[in-house]
Amino acid sequence: MEQVNQGVRENVYPQAAQAFGRTLRQAVINAATPAAAVLVALACGAALLWLNGFDGSDVVTVMIFGSFQDMRSVGEILLKATPLILIGAGLCVAFRCSIWNIGAEGQLYAGAIAATLVGTNFDGLSVWVHAPLVMLAGALAGAAWAGIAGYLKVRFQASEIVTTIMLNYIALILTSYLVTGPMRDASAAYPQSARLIREAWTPRIVSDMRLHIGIIVAVVLAVALYIFLQRSSRGFSLRVVGLNPYAARYAGMQVARNVMIAMCISGAMAGLAGAFEVAGVTHRLYQNISPGYGFEGIAVALLAGNNPLAAIVSGGLFATLRSGSEVLQITSQVPQVLVLIIQGIVILSVVAFTRLRDIRRIVA
Amino acid sequence: MSQKPFLRVENIRKRFGPIVASDGVSLEIEQGEIHSLLGENGAGKSVLMSMICGMVRPDEGEIVFKGQSVRFNSPREAIRQRIGMVHQHFMLVPNLTVAENYILGQGSPLRVINDMDEVHAKIRELSDRYALDVRPDAIIEDLSVGEQQRVEILKVLFHGIDLLILDEPTAVLTPQETDRLLSLMGDLAKDGKTVVFISHKLDEVMRVSNRIGVMRDGRVVHTVNVGETNARELARMMVGRDVRMELPRSPEPPGHIVLSVDKLTCRAETGLPAVRGVSLYVRAGEIVGIAGVSGNGQTELSLALSGLLPVDSGRVILNGKDITGLDPARINASSFSHIPEDRHKHGIVASMSLSENTILQRYDQKPFASRGMLNRGVIGEHTRDLIKRFRIKSRDEDQPIGALSGGNQQKLVVARELARNPDFILVNQLARGIDIGAMEFVMEEMLKQRDNGRAILLISTELEELFAICDRILVMFHGEILGELPPDRTRLDELGLLMAGQTNQPALAS
Ligand SMILES: Nc1ncnc2c1ncn2[C@@H]1O[C@H](COP(=O)(O)OP(=O)(O)OP(=O)(O)O)[C@@H](O)[C@H]1O
Ligand SMILES: [Mg+2]
Repeated sequence: MEQVNQGVRENVYPQAAQAFGRTLRQAVINAATPAAAVLVALACGAALLWLNGFDGSDVVTVMIFGSFQDMRSVGEILLKATPLILIGAGLCVAFRCSIWNIGAEGQLYAGAIAATLVGTNFDGLSVWVHAPLVMLAGALAGAAWAGIAGYLKVRFQASEIVTTIMLNYIALILTSYLVTGPMRDASAAYPQSARLIREAWTPRIVSDMRLHIGIIVAVVLAVALYIFLQRSSRGFSLRVVGLNPYAARYAGMQVARNVMIAMCISGAMAGLAGAFEVAGVTHRLYQNISPGYGFEGIAVALLAGNNPLAAIVSGGLFATLRSGSEVLQITSQVPQVLVLIIQGIVILSVVAFTRLRDIRRIVA
Repeated sequence: MSQKPFLRVENIRKRFGPIVASDGVSLEIEQGEIHSLLGENGAGKSVLMSMICGMVRPDEGEIVFKGQSVRFNSPREAIRQRIGMVHQHFMLVPNLTVAENYILGQGSPLRVINDMDEVHAKIRELSDRYALDVRPDAIIEDLSVGEQQRVEILKVLFHGIDLLILDEPTAVLTPQETDRLLSLMGDLAKDGKTVVFISHKLDEVMRVSNRIGVMRDGRVVHTVNVGETNARELARMMVGRDVRMELPRSPEPPGHIVLSVDKLTCRAETGLPAVRGVSLYVRAGEIVGIAGVSGNGQTELSLALSGLLPVDSGRVILNGKDITGLDPARINASSFSHIPEDRHKHGIVASMSLSENTILQRYDQKPFASRGMLNRGVIGEHTRDLIKRFRIKSRDEDQPIGALSGGNQQKLVVARELARNPDFILVNQLARGIDIGAMEFVMEEMLKQRDNGRAILLISTELEELFAICDRILVMFHGEILGELPPDRTRLDELGLLMAGQTNQPALAS
């Protein structure tokens, strides 16, 4: 009896264990490349700082750990991670479909404008209605802004790289126009919109910290997008279109529809990030509401290997570097350009390492 | 004292995870010979050759070339030692010219290219010497498959080699192009070059080789002189049993018309007319073949039927329903299966798993999906079933299909299309890259489908394939159907003339 059981278990268990082991090994292999790239980049950064007369290792340590001083500073990192995760995860979907959406920055601004419009109007709604409505408006506006580029691509074969960049400028200039003109708060000396109605604010997690529930939304959506890409029929067709559009056509997939969907998903995520910046952080629309989150999101997706789940980690990492650089600016004389250079090296080494790995795979 | 062989491979082992691709393989090749390699799909031919030319590194074993032990880290190092290979699928950059492709990756990336004229001259000289017909300024993507093949061969010659490895070069060639390639191989051997030739076509192998090696399960199990063997024996050595070249078929008369095509015309992507008023029908329970030299509109005909190319005029009726110009999704849904000519372009997504490739058309249909989500259990089970039934050599269903040997990829495409239970099956090149054992199996499957009342249209440049399973053979020339013949080998001459476009030939002795 005992022996029979043993036999059964031996037959079933190793198979499952093998499959699990393989998944685990694959995950480690996949994570190894970006991790190595980040380490190399930080080492390069330290060397660079040293050449400029700073104590490189110290500065890098500050950059990584300097911002982890207390709960509040961790909260600030997560606050910065929110838009990066949202945008990065959304761009993973677009990139998987081979849509090169460079316009997350503009889509973020479109979302911020819509969120401001909804958040400064409709007085009298409860927070349960108004706050979500603001988020929805941001997401829809971002999707629509990206949808313009998507439509131009499927209808006229216009390169989305060009159109999304153009739309970035349009969104930025539109925002400047609005906060200096029609939406300007006349009582303020500075160009800015009126303050959002309290009920429209994104609720905070802890009342005395700026961190709001956007981080939870970002993580949940990143997980959802991962499941969407890997497990859903639509996600499957997006991936096929991205990998081999000829096979997609042969299989009867609507390439244009998939392109539009991928574009709009990434736009919606960026628009939502814009809504959170307005409704969760500044509570007003400014000309420079984003310090380039839309562009940094591209790097987040790249470092994540276009995997929305990994975008949570890489978004967190870029937010940490960003916070660290702010700490540095206050505590030492390291100019911010050097910090930007280090971020650039991170991106370059990720690209280089990934290429190297792919070449290795072929030669194997 | 026996002379040292030109190339000696000793006890090489290579594993990909749990898959043993080379299992202590040894091989000797003499200078100036044409040495053919045969073997079932996945026997390890391509992997062995990739190790000789520096694409893949062996785990164990030794390669001795011209008396020296060599160990290449890249194909460039192999080329420096004068070993070059033309791979099963081409490795040319499509939007560059021939000459640009040749100098790609040569020398320092920072050097200034100013000797293009010299490169062009050298290409022209080689092209003339071996009658290859390659223009140095032609853009790759404008060339036919046969032309690209010659470009690949000339590329290797351009770099100067003593050992040329050709991995299934004839799989995509027309009979005429094949004849040309085989005579080129003869010329190269006369110039003292050594050629390794991989093919699944026994008649070609018998025609050109000096010696033939047969591989099985990652080892060379036999090496024979061409004069001491015959096709039948080779087949037996490869598969381990007798392979039937003639398949029995039931004499059931065909049923109702499933597909009818009426005066179909369409243009190629270049805008030139490609199909000029083709009319044909296929009945339930019959296999209709379309013979022809490739480039006579067969590609466009199959693309137009499956909705991948716009139709200019004419009608296509499937099961009484007009499907002319519908999009592929609607056509797929009308019980239409298509085994495409260009597997890498249309048939598979190379980096996706076998499982994902088996649901390419049915990714949103029950039982593979419900409520918008994929049912991974069902998909995996279905794929495992196909792998078992079609004997597809793979690690498991989660392996990327690109890691499979060429023939095994084709088997999965065939398996997928038949599993969809279609009323009509459009096949453009059934056995591309499939070994003779698997070919017999795939043909039997086709005949089974026929006997189950399916209608099959088989476009092929392989006359053997057509004679083996077709009930009627149509001949296509310059975008038109010139005539119809029964699959009767005694009328081969007539078929040949039709394929060359001669309709009103004087009556042959009857
Ligand atoms: N990169 C790879 N990763 C994993 N397995 C591989 C890889 N390349 C080859 N294999 C496996 O090694 C075995 C031998 O493959 P190979 O391509 O040499 O076969 P072949 O004899 O050329 O077959 P065919 O006639 O179908 O081309 C196959 O089982 C294949 O799946
Ligand atoms: Mg092969």
